Amino acid sequence: MLKINNLHASIDDKSILKGLNIEVKAGEVHAIMGPNGAGKSTLANIVAGKEEYDVTEGVIELNGEDISELAPEERAHNGVFLSFQYPVEIPGVSVTNFIKTAINETRKAKGLEDMPAKDMLKMIREKSELLEIDRKFLSRSLNEGFSGGEKKRNEIFQMAMLEPKLAILDETDSGLDIDALRIVANGVNKLKSKDNAVIVITHYQRLLEYIVPDFVHVLHDGKIVKTGDASLALELEAKGYDWIKKEVNS
Amino acid sequence: MSKYTEEDLEQELKTKEYEYGFYTDIESDTFAKGLNEDVVRAISKKKNEPKWMTDWRVEAFRVWEKMEEPDWANVNYPKPDFQELAYYSAPKVKPKLDSLDEVDPDLLETFKKLGISLEEQKRLANVAVDIVIDSVSVATTFKKTLGEKGIIFMPISEAIQEHPELVKKYLGTVVPTSDNFYAALNSAVFSDGSFCYIPKGVRCPMELSTYFRINEGGTGQFERTLVVADKGSYVSYLEGCTAPSRDENQLHAAVVELIALDDSEIKYSTVQNWYPGDAEGKGGVFNFVTKRAICETNAKVSWTQVETGSAVTWKYPSCILKGNNSVGEFYSIAVTNHYQQADTGTKMIHLGKNTKSTIISKGISAGKSQNSYRGLVHVGARAENARNFSQCDSLLMGNACGAHTFPYIEAKNKSAQIEHEATTSKIGEDQLFYCNQRGIDTEKAIALIVNGFSKEVLNKLPMEFAVEAQKLLEISLEGSVG
Repeated sequence: MLKINNLHASIDDKSILKGLNIEVKAGEVHAIMGPNGAGKSTLANIVAGKEEYDVTEGVIELNGEDISELAPEERAHNGVFLSFQYPVEIPGVSVTNFIKTAINETRKAKGLEDMPAKDMLKMIREKSELLEIDRKFLSRSLNEGFSGGEKKRNEIFQMAMLEPKLAILDETDSGLDIDALRIVANGVNKLKSKDNAVIVITHYQRLLEYIVPDFVHVLHDGKIVKTGDASLALELEAKGYDWIKKEVNS
Repeated sequence: MSKYTEEDLEQELKTKEYEYGFYTDIESDTFAKGLNEDVVRAISKKKNEPKWMTDWRVEAFRVWEKMEEPDWANVNYPKPDFQELAYYSAPKVKPKLDSLDEVDPDLLETFKKLGISLEEQKRLANVAVDIVIDSVSVATTFKKTLGEKGIIFMPISEAIQEHPELVKKYLGTVVPTSDNFYAALNSAVFSDGSFCYIPKGVRCPMELSTYFRINEGGTGQFERTLVVADKGSYVSYLEGCTAPSRDENQLHAAVVELIALDDSEIKYSTVQNWYPGDAEGKGGVFNFVTKRAICETNAKVSWTQVETGSAVTWKYPSCILKGNNSVGEFYSIAVTNHYQQADTGTKMIHLGKNTKSTIISKGISAGKSQNSYRGLVHVGARAENARNFSQCDSLLMGNACGAHTFPYIEAKNKSAQIEHEATTSKIGEDQLFYCNQRGIDTEKAIALIVNGFSKEVLNKLPMEFAVEAQKLLEISLEGSVG
């Protein structure tokens, strides 16, 4: 699904990723953990195609195709989805209108007609039930005045609607209370299939109790320095990151 | 031309005659350029106007002569030389074209984007084909329906001939000839425009649109509109067109007067899309408009405008809330791109008791444009319990444009409640990236954000107009983010 080889990237001449490698196969869940400033969000933004980063070296392949030169919307059309850490507000644009536009623009890029209103409605109904979203919520302006939990739930709702191949969840657990966390995690689990893959970026092991990863990677100083199974997350939770930093430096 | 009926022939002959006469007159006219009292009299004479009308024009001219062009607005442009302009008495006649192939391809492209039908495109681009026949039949049905209700809707030049008592009674009562420089000029030389009268207690069954006034040529440089809603009546009036208007006339100075008598309601919606000049700021129309309404007891007037065109716009649709319990509303979207400049807003003059006004202004600036909101809320000494709510929002795109807000408040009665809210926001990289990430390209993302921003005002437009206006916003801002 996703294959990143020797990725180097910087912003304003400050080097952030320094030779990162990762391979994610269809049907897998990967967790990326690491201390603040390790480059976790940078990685998510670069895969999604944010332009302010300079990719100086390396290859990003999605299903065997190099996507480094593609615009963010083209990557989205190819099935990349990013659940934002800080979703932006768009006043006056309802959640429904926004997702409808997103779906139809993606269909247009694939040469398909707009989704019939009847199908759209059915899908919205299904997915909002899955995430326990109130109907009234859908008519509100996108993220305007949303609580932290509502914003994150809305991100996962959009993911459910867009049915991406590769979903990257950037600190989706931050700002969530335990109930919201459970709902969001349940949603992600139900959307998981053998044809798609999920990358979970998080600080804490808490989310991983609900979304159980096949692999856990530790990102430190722009590189993946350790990879293990779900038990690695528990170890990190208990011991912190210092021992890894020491291990790397020795 | 298979459907050519007797009526169409008659119609065409009438038009032809008009054109012909118009050209002859101008060619023999020794004062084609420049303005003096003789020109004003000649205009009036050509239109065969009664003496009171001629006198009214002359008086306006004498006032205008002594006035100076105002320069307080936040706009910069070379002042027109008024003696270098020609003051025609008849609307400009565009050359008739034989097919759409002869029309400027840019214009056709825009028509296509606006979703305007082929027939309609031909009409707008002045292509002489069977569309004329179609609109004649539509217009005939339309006129019949209005006639049954006693509604008068015709060019003001005809109304001066056919309903002089009404025109004489109301013309200049809201915007006096001496009101301002451009209004005085318009009063002296106005070419034509619309007159509309809704009788007592009548609810006009359809949106009145200049579209149906087929016997009118172009709109002309100095347009004059007078709408009178008699007691207890209702009318919704649409002005303008979302299709781009290319006009050689650089200066446009229109006057619109609305008279809402007791318990009546007037909704006046405008889409203005005059030529804004090119991307380098060359050319474009100067649009200096005076629009004002007077509201008697329990009357209500709503102005809704979508302004995307013109190089320079100077326009403040206003309401004089004279009667007790009268209501004035102003909903505006003003878009400026490239080098466009707009100074627009409203005046709400509260004179009666329990009067209410609402102002919602949305300014969108892109490119190197300057967009100003200028508004006055005045509460007179006897206006007990007057209430106003104003909201002025500005949206900026890029770093080279400007948004300005000049709210003036004058309250002479202590019971007044006046609220003013203002926001300025910018379409951010983050918003665009968020949309991009969801598969929405930047152009579409801007349209989405702008439509969201303008929603409160778009919702006030009649349905069909709103859809077209929405597309127009997209087109106006094309290429505004590089």
